[in-house]
Formats: sequence, C-alpha cells, structure tokens
Amino acid sequence: MNTNVMTETAGDIVAENKPVTADTIAEQNADAYETVGNAFCDQAKMSMRNVNVFYDEKQAIYDVNLDIGTNEVVAMIGPSGCGKSTFLRCLNRMNDTIDICRVEGQFYLEDQDINDKKMDVVPLRARVGMVFQKPNPFPKSIYDNVAYGPRIHGLADRRSDLDEIVENSLQKAGLWAEVKDRLHQPGTGLSGGQQQRLCIARTIAVSPEVILMDEPCSALDPIATAKIEELIDELSQNYTIAIVTHSMQQAARVSHRTAYFHLGKLIEVNETEKVFTNPDHELTEAYITGRFG
Amino acid sequence: MTDKPLKTIDRVNRTLGKRHRAEKRFRLYGMLSIGFGLLCVLFLFTNIIGKGLNGFTYHFLELQVELDRETLEITDITNENQILAANYSGVVKRSVYEFFEAQGRKNKASARKLIATEGTGYILQGRLKENAEDLVDTQTTVWALVDDKVDFYLKRLGDPGEPGKHEFNEQQLQWIHEAVEAGKLKRKINWAFFNAGDSAHSEEAGIRGAVMGSFYLLLVTFCLSFPIGVSAAIYLEEYAPKNKWTDLIEVNINNLAAVPSIIFGLLGLAIFLAFFGLPRSTPLVGGFVLSLMTLPTIIISSRAAIKAVPPSIRQAAYGLGASKMQVTLHHVLPLAMPGMLTGTIIGLAQALGESAPLLMIGMAAFIPEIPAGVTDPATALPMQIFQWFRNADAGFNEKASAAILILLVFLIIMNALAVWARRRLERRW
Ligand SMILES: Nc1ncnc2c1ncn2[C@@H]1O[C@H](COP(=O)(O)OP(=O)(O)OP(=O)(O)O)[C@@H](O)[C@H]1O
Ligand SMILES: [Mg+2]
Repeated sequence: MNTNVMTETAGDIVAENKPVTADTIAEQNADAYETVGNAFCDQAKMSMRNVNVFYDEKQAIYDVNLDIGTNEVVAMIGPSGCGKSTFLRCLNRMNDTIDICRVEGQFYLEDQDINDKKMDVVPLRARVGMVFQKPNPFPKSIYDNVAYGPRIHGLADRRSDLDEIVENSLQKAGLWAEVKDRLHQPGTGLSGGQQQRLCIARTIAVSPEVILMDEPCSALDPIATAKIEELIDELSQNYTIAIVTHSMQQAARVSHRTAYFHLGKLIEVNETEKVFTNPDHELTEAYITGRFG
Repeated sequence: MTDKPLKTIDRVNRTLGKRHRAEKRFRLYGMLSIGFGLLCVLFLFTNIIGKGLNGFTYHFLELQVELDRETLEITDITNENQILAANYSGVVKRSVYEFFEAQGRKNKASARKLIATEGTGYILQGRLKENAEDLVDTQTTVWALVDDKVDFYLKRLGDPGEPGKHEFNEQQLQWIHEAVEAGKLKRKINWAFFNAGDSAHSEEAGIRGAVMGSFYLLLVTFCLSFPIGVSAAIYLEEYAPKNKWTDLIEVNINNLAAVPSIIFGLLGLAIFLAFFGLPRSTPLVGGFVLSLMTLPTIIISSRAAIKAVPPSIRQAAYGLGASKMQVTLHHVLPLAMPGMLTGTIIGLAQALGESAPLLMIGMAAFIPEIPAGVTDPATALPMQIFQWFRNADAGFNEKASAAILILLVFLIIMNALAVWARRRLERRW
C-alpha cells in the first residue's frame, strides 16, 4: 500500500515518475490532500467549505473547498463518476431528494448557510436554479412550462405580468422567435435543443441568482450546443453559473475558472486558460491531454 | 486467418435450420394457446348468449280489458287505496274467458291457467295509478303476460332438442296455437325484466333491483377505496421513509390482495354488522367489505403508476423550488392518473363480479323492492344470478342467463372504460 503519495505536492508525484493509472489513483483516495491553484475568490457568490458527501457508507466527495464568484462561470470537469454532479446538486440541496445521500460541510450563498437543515429549500431553489443533463420539460404547454416557477412562487400578480415574464425568459433563452406562435403547444413537441433552451427559460423565469447546469449540452448536436454556449455567455453578465461538462472545448469556451475533480477530490482550480494550457497538477494534465478519463 | 470468418458463417449456417424450426414451433405453441382461449370464449359466449337472449323476451297475449267499476270494486276513483287494492285479476280473468270463448267451470280454469293474471293485473294497476279518471269504465288494450309454461313451450317449439314438450290439455293447446296464428299471442321484449325488482313469479321478475344494488355497492366502494387507495399509494411512494415498518406495510398490502374474498365477508360480518351494528343486506356494508377487497388492487396499481412517472419531471419541479406537495399534485398525480384509474376500474370490475363476501353479510336475500339508497336492503347482480339459477323454475333459469349477459355487458363496459381512460389521459404525456 502506497499511503503517502497524495500528501505530497504535485511536483513530487512527477518526481516519483510512476505512470498514472487507475490503480495508483485508487490508492491515493483515502488520504488527505490539498487542492492546487486558487479555489477562492474575493467576491464569492457561493462558498463551499469542507464538503464531504456520502452515499450510504460510500464517500463520493472528499473535503472540497471552492468559491464561485459573482457573475462568474465556473466549469467542473473530470472523469465519469468523480462526483461532479453530486457536488453540483449540493449547491441547491437537490441531494435531499436522494434518501441515502448525506452531505456534510458549510455552503454559503452570500452570507447564508444553505446546508442548515432548518433552511427551507423552496426559497433556496428559487435563488439557485438548475438545468439538467437531459432536457426535461413538463408535459404541458410551452407557456405553462415557463410560467410554472413564477406561478408557484407567486411572482406575478396579474396575467399580463406573467405573460411578460414568460416572454422575457424565452427571449433571454433565445427561443422566443421560434416559439412565439406556438406558446400553447406542448413543450415536449420541441426539438432536443429547443427543449433544453426551454428548460433554461423555465429556470431563469424565477430570476435565480445562480444557475447550475449539469452537462446541459450532452444530449444536443453541435449547432444546438453552440447556441446554448452563446446563451451561457450572455447569461453570465447577470447570473452566476456553475456548469458541469465533459467537453473540454466547452469548458474552455464558456468558463472563467475551471475546477478539476478526480475520484471525489477537487484536484485543481485555476483560470480556465491556465488549466488548459499549463495545469499545475499532473492529474489535470493527464486528464486534459486525454491520458485517461 | 482468411478462412476464419468463413468458418464462423459455416457454423452459423449449420445451426440455422434448427433455429428456424425452433422459432416456428415456438410461434405455433403461442398460436395454439390463443386459439384454445378463443375457442373457450366463443363457446362460453354462444352458450350464454343463446340462453340469455331468451330471458329478454316473453310471450304476451293481446287482450281487451273492460275496466268497469263494479268488477274492479272501486267506488271512489280519487281514493288511492281503492285503486291499489282493486280487483284487477277479476277483470283480466273475465276478458281471458271472453277471448278464448271459454264456457263452463273446467274450460274457464283451463283458459285462466294460460295467463299470468296477477302479473297482468300489476300492469293495469300501474296504468290506473297514473290516470284513473280517464281509464275507469273504458275498454283498454293490454299485452297480458302468458303463464311461464306457455312461454316455455312456445320458445322451445323450434328447438331440435325436445320440441313441443308440454303438459297442456287438448283445448289449451288448440287455444295457444289459434292465438299465435291470429297474431294475438306474440313474443316481445319483456321490459318488465329491465324495470322490475325480483319476484316470486318468474314472468314478473326483473333485474332492476340487482342492477341498482350493484350500482350502489360500486358507488360506496369507489367513494371509499379510490381516495383511500390513492392517498395510501402517494404516502407510501412519496413520503414514507424506507424502513422496516413500511416494508411490513408493503408485505401486508400484497398479502391482502391474495386473501380469499370470503374472508373479507367474515370480517365484514364480525366488524360492520356485529360490532358497529350497521344494517344487514345493505349496499353500505357491502361497499365497505368490497372496499377492503379493492383497496390492495388500487394501492398496488397506483404505486406502480406513481413509480412510472419519470424522475426527470420530479427533478425539474424540485429544481424550480416546488414543495413536495406541489410536485405531487401538479406533476406526479396528473401523470399517474391514467394508471390509477385503470387499476381502480379493474378493481371495481372485480368487485362487481364478487359474490362470496356479499353472501356473508346477507345480500343473498329475496328483495323485491328496488333499492333507492345505500341503506336500503339490496341484492347484487352475481347474487341475483345465483338465486335464480338455484330456483327449480325453468323461467328463472332463463332469467339467470339473461342476468349473466347484463353482468358481462357491464364488465365489458368497465374494461372498455379503463382502456379509454388510459388512452385518453395518456395522450398528454
Ligand atoms: N443516487 C446514488 N446512489 C448511490 N451512489 C451514487 C448515486 N449517485 C451517484 N453515486 C455515486 O457517486 C459517485 C459520483 O457520482 P456522480 O454522479 O456525481 O458522478 P459524475 O462526476 O457526475 O459522473 P458523470 O460524469 O458520469 O455524470 C459515483 O461513484 C456514483 O456511483
Ligand atoms: Mg453527472
């Protein structure tokens, strides 16, 4: 058993000159480690401290610390099963819906600890919205899809207000022109890319401060993907965005900072450009150069 | 290296014939069993329909009846009691004698025996109850019910089995055939069968009481078991923690579905009748008992329907900040409703055909009145069928077959409804 690899710095791993394989990485798992790069920022919208997540006895996230700045786009990358989705779901307590999932640590949205069990998830999720991997419009009309959030939160007093919210959200999601004549047809009748933009419109209809996206483009073709990426760019002027992606090009295109997860650990966080040109950590480099993942 | 793929294909080809034959045999087995099933159904239906259709018709004799005060023994036509108690058989008998031109005591008796004078009297009574003033002291035409032996004889005249078997005397036989040839004695749809309650005389007995009884039974069953079943399913699926207790409940619900229905009858007898002292023979108690039976079916199918709601829809709603109740009411329930309704209708269809538990709570009684509410004594369709079949009178057996047809029609309607509801509601998916 090699017990001290991860306690040393990234440089030492290189010095040891051992090939990076799944086995060596598994061995490193049980140990304490330090995230390299800069995981923190001054104007943090959300700050996560000492996050550990368990599914039953199995630990999925190890001691992660990360800040997400205001109006910043943070990309989360890493091999499949490394815990990106799990971590993202912590940010709006979606893990509450999984019985066996246990989340430890501090999560601050501005100054509020959102992991407090007394905290009501309803207002939290109104402030931290989520877009899922597979487009999941409700089996209702396009209008009702977008209007659902404002309705349950009582955001519009009059019908005309609601109409305005729906139009605005669809416009921001770049879908208005395509659907304005068919608002009352089912949202499930749209194409995959349109559906995903509808889901984004639905999320921004409640005017969240933070938007979480879990591989929002993985079910889409390159053109639809390009549209969504453009949209993320625009949205980042007003919203704070955390996006999980498997596409490194996508992370490079849309994000300001990139976080690299590996087997439940946050290995490296850096400016996106740095991560993709000159990563600090050997594992990050191995991943972005395609040596595993 | 080059002949390796060839080898594989040779091997595949060698087994190909065998595989195709096995495939064909497999299909044949399936077709055989379907064919056998269809044959059974066909036999059942032709048998029941053949017998049952007879039950819907009856032979009637066209009679001119003189409704004079003296024979009716009415002095005051505004007096309802007199109208009810009037001597209707008297006027009917008189016109029967006239019709057959029967003279003498013996002949008159022979003529009288051909007609159900009492049942015909009820028809007249019904007319007079509505409008005594215009009818009394006039002559009126009535299609009189013949005696059930006459009906039985005529219906089997063309039957290759035992045609024309009878116990009539010469005179009676002659009268019957004369009347048929004159077009006065006709086979007609017996509306009384649909409109009347049970009766001691087969020609007067109707299905209405049993149909209404079954209707009230199902009403009570539905009103109880649907809300309870759906709530239980929602709680178990959406709210209940997964632990030993919920496992225990789950096992028990599944067991409940396998309990023989007569046990539920015993339970109903012990709890609802003996302990709570609810009235016997009523759809209320019957509905309680049948609810116990349908609940597991509804809970199990509702849970399956809730489970089938895609998790992505739930996640989307939660992600927007919907509360658990909102997710359930706005998204899960509408999507699960078709499945829940299907389960409910199937459960109710089972309840409609159920007889054993009703036996235990006294719904197998002879109840001529048509129930007007859930607390009136009533019987149910399967009970009625059972009683009529048990009756030695051939007229009743025919009615039983007809009642089976009615029951089958209701069952088919309910199953069609289940399919329709599923299709209709699922379209929004
Ligand atoms: N509901 C669950 N129950 C049990 N274990 C889970 C559950 N969800 C995730 N896990 C486990 O947690 C670990 C992290 O999973 P997660 O879905 O967060 O990975 P991911 O990085 O999002 O992977 P991918 O890129 O494939 O989406 C995995 O080992 C997975 O098996
Ligand atoms: Mg994931």
